[in-house]
Amino acid sequence: MLKFTDEHEWLNIEDGIATVGITSHAAEQLGDLVFVELPDAGASFSKGDTSATVESVKAASDVYCPLDGEIVDVNQAIVDDPSLVNSDPQGAGWFFKLKLSDPSAANGLLDESAYKELIA
Amino acid sequence: MNDHTSLKQTPLHDLHVSLGARMVPFAGYAMPVQYPAGVMKEHLFTRSSAGLFDVSHMGQVTIRPKSGRIEDAALALEHLVPVDVLGLAQGRQRYGLFTNDSGGILDDLMIANRGNHLFLVVNASCKEADFAHMKAHLSESCDVELLQDRALIALQGPHAQAVLAELWADVATMRFMDVVEADLHDVRCIISRSGYTGEDGFEISIPAADAPDVTRRILEHPDVMPIGLGARDSLRLEAGLCLYGNDIDTGTTPVEAALEWAVQKVRRTGGTRAGGFPGADRILADFSDGTSRRRVGLKPEGRAPVRGGVTLYADADGKTPAGTVTSGGFGPSVDGPVAMGYVDQAYASAGTKLYGEVRGKYLALVVATLPFITPTYKR
Repeated sequence: MLKFTDEHEWLNIEDGIATVGITSHAAEQLGDLVFVELPDAGASFSKGDTSATVESVKAASDVYCPLDGEIVDVNQAIVDDPSLVNSDPQGAGWFFKLKLSDPSAANGLLDESAYKELIA
Repeated sequence: MNDHTSLKQTPLHDLHVSLGARMVPFAGYAMPVQYPAGVMKEHLFTRSSAGLFDVSHMGQVTIRPKSGRIEDAALALEHLVPVDVLGLAQGRQRYGLFTNDSGGILDDLMIANRGNHLFLVVNASCKEADFAHMKAHLSESCDVELLQDRALIALQGPHAQAVLAELWADVATMRFMDVVEADLHDVRCIISRSGYTGEDGFEISIPAADAPDVTRRILEHPDVMPIGLGARDSLRLEAGLCLYGNDIDTGTTPVEAALEWAVQKVRRTGGTRAGGFPGADRILADFSDGTSRRRVGLKPEGRAPVRGGVTLYADADGKTPAGTVTSGGFGPSVDGPVAMGYVDQAYASAGTKLYGEVRGKYLALVVATLPFITPTYKR
């Protein structure tokens, strides 16, 4: 199940675990990323908490946790090479995997067509 | 996206839009922050080939002596800047500062001797205030005009001379900080060999009506690419150059800002025209007594940028404040974060380790010699 937030994150949810990243639109708006800071595996976040930080040449931006949950994996590859987020934001440029506290809460997020309308 | 209706536009606005620029508000103007290539590529292209910047938002000012003697304009301007203007030869330019009565910096600027008048370039955000300041203090002996009908572009990088030489062969004879008049595509331009990137390059003042055509034709050259404000900032930061409002302002003095070189010996204590500018008591005392803090380069040890506003500490626990970062970001040519800021004199020597508080962590930085790159000015 692919979901989106109005903070320009995508979630690919399978078996209660959401793989989370930022959308192509967000990556394009941010420009060339030069630094990514990810949460520690095991950390718990509430929806809306700052869970990661990305920095472009010009500015730092927060990445908010899209739902309540616990971090079960992070993508070290984007820490080692932040440009992966620009080149493949909705694939190899994923940020972290989140074990959702309440998988049904995902129903409140945007589907792909609603997100596309948002950024149109 | 382009709801910037109250913003002023430079003569090159339509060109930026046609090139796919992302326009942002800056100093009251809609300005290109980046083009489709992006900040990283634009920055690196400027250092390897030639980047073209629209800096038409900056103020271009002429000061014409009523007597007809350029010396009178020079001496009048010396009342506002701690700079040797009288000693500036015809066809030469130098960096200057408008100071206030407490020794702070009102703006930084370029001053050129154009033979029968002085030609100044001042910051966009300060140009109205600078103009009023000059009108108030120079009008007795000079006519001061803020030019409204000229664009200003910069062509910067190792290929800049070769590109311009295809339009005007004599460009190769210019040295760093020379200022001449020449025709580019049959348009009379004022060209100075200077810039804000640390690279060799030129700043070209063009009549507004002709500017889009001249600029478009320079951009047709395969060695030239348009560069936005984003890369302009990372280029100047690597070059160790101050951004007015960030690194220097009314609360910083020239000596604190490590800009002693901008105050020539004749204006310092013992010089033939020592003092006589706003804040001279404080600024000359700074020269003799030193200052409690100083602007320095800062090289973060990790990959995380440490940006303007970050507090610096002498220890990794944030107990002993040591200063503040005034500009910081990522340097594409350095391939890592770079910054500058003010630190207490005790921490100002190169190699001193400091810590900047970023998102609750204390990140290590080392005081570094500026610039971060090797400038290629043609002196």
